Amino acid sequence: MSGTTFGLDTFGDVTHDASGSPITHGQTIRNVVEEGVLADQVGLDFFGIGEHHTPDMPLSAADVVLAAIAARTENIHLGSAVTVLSSDDPVRVYQRFSTLNAVSDGRAEIILGRGSSIDSFPLFGYDLADYEDLFEEKTHLFAELLKGGRITWEGKTRPALHEQDVVPHTAPFPTWIGVGGSPQSVVRAASYGFSLMLAIIGGHPGRFAPFSELYKHALEKFGREPLPIGIHSPGHVAETDEQAREEFWPHYLDVIGRLGKTRGFATPTPESYAHEVGPHGALFVGSPDTVAEKMARTMKKLDASRFDLKYGIGGLSHESLMRTIELYGTKVVPMVRDMLA
Amino acid sequence: MKIAVLGAGHVGPVIARLALAAGYEVGIAGSGDPARIEMIVDFLAPGARAQATADAVSDADLVVLAIPWHRFPSLPPRTFDDKVVIDAMNHWPPAEAPLGTSEEVARRLAGAHVVKTLNHVAYQDMEPANGRAVGFAGNDPDALGAVAEFLERIGFDPVPMGALTAGRSLEPGSPLFGVAAHRHEFENFLKEQS
Repeated sequence: MSGTTFGLDTFGDVTHDASGSPITHGQTIRNVVEEGVLADQVGLDFFGIGEHHTPDMPLSAADVVLAAIAARTENIHLGSAVTVLSSDDPVRVYQRFSTLNAVSDGRAEIILGRGSSIDSFPLFGYDLADYEDLFEEKTHLFAELLKGGRITWEGKTRPALHEQDVVPHTAPFPTWIGVGGSPQSVVRAASYGFSLMLAIIGGHPGRFAPFSELYKHALEKFGREPLPIGIHSPGHVAETDEQAREEFWPHYLDVIGRLGKTRGFATPTPESYAHEVGPHGALFVGSPDTVAEKMARTMKKLDASRFDLKYGIGGLSHESLMRTIELYGTKVVPMVRDMLA
Repeated sequence: MKIAVLGAGHVGPVIARLALAAGYEVGIAGSGDPARIEMIVDFLAPGARAQATADAVSDADLVVLAIPWHRFPSLPPRTFDDKVVIDAMNHWPPAEAPLGTSEEVARRLAGAHVVKTLNHVAYQDMEPANGRAVGFAGNDPDALGAVAEFLERIGFDPVPMGALTAGRSLEPGSPLFGVAAHRHEFENFLKEQS
């Protein structure tokens, strides 16, 4: 897989049935498997699952779900979006994704995140105030593990390793760092030789252009070859702009409104929504034409060779998500490829 | 007038860029050795100087605190004596009720003139400022005047909220937090409070 690649990310929000009632966690997870299989069938390059630990986003063990998708697909790469490394054990994360890499015959990828969604910190006994230090040290250990061979390592966040053979042995898999706006994370990605995944979830995507420049310069400074820059942004595709916007809005308002209360950001308004779905916003919501044009423009602006559409939001139906996946794979992505060619 | 921006994370470089564009001389300090943030400053706030905290503060007339709240206790208080200090910080994760970060800042940096502002605008909404209304609150009239002038020059429409304790109404949980409110909405809010 080289050149320009296109993927889908999900946070595994609980969807609703035809009567508007939330479905079970079990059915939600089985539906995500079906969504991943469809993503492969419509020719997409990547399917990612973002780790979350809440009743409305129950995908806490993404790698298990990815393994199920691996067993039913041939080509698509499978990974996290993101793995909250700060509150996990890098050795265990490495083992789980190496196993996924083995099961899928070399199709695993991982996107490491510091964690803007913070539920895993209290769950696993970490202090949010330490998140920068936790991420720094654990990223370093993860990079060492990826090199393969016996590892000797010492730090503050887990017991030391001495000449430890960490199994299973597999080929190194693509590793990204997800960055929401921290310039330090951009430099960190370059220093370890990890690819850069820009999580653009609000505001003008163009404001990330200096991050791309910083990343490319940092890679050069650290003596590394150029690496891919990717974009992760939320969206929803339907036959027309009106349909996509109307379907997405009530759920966006509900989910972001609730998240805002715990994460300190404002409840969306019709005006802020209109701005986000418009040409200068971060929501890729609309008809295939609208979404494709916005994707191509954003990828050019940020010099990105990968775009992952974060589809789905709590309350939409599984059927509606399947329709988005189909339109994205069969209509949007071919158009973007043409526009970038 | 010289500006020191403390913090080279999400918010600091954005404020630094606005200040540079308005013609101010700007120093930026992260935690520790300035060499660690040189590359970030070169690309995200070209024209600003990467400095150590103490140097940036002692050179400046106005200091903007844009560091994570949990790092605030690591700042050396005496360095800030007689400086006008903008507190753009918030508790993270947000507390159940506004806690008045600026009152804590003023207690610890006892020799500084603290003004609460900019904390309620998301960094992705600051640039361009587009005349967006921002509340500001503080106890020292001269400091309030200096901050109002700074905010106006970098492109905002500063709305006085009152004394430093009134800065709580700019914190997470407040109807003013994070929203693109206009001047009259700030003023209506103040009327309702009084």
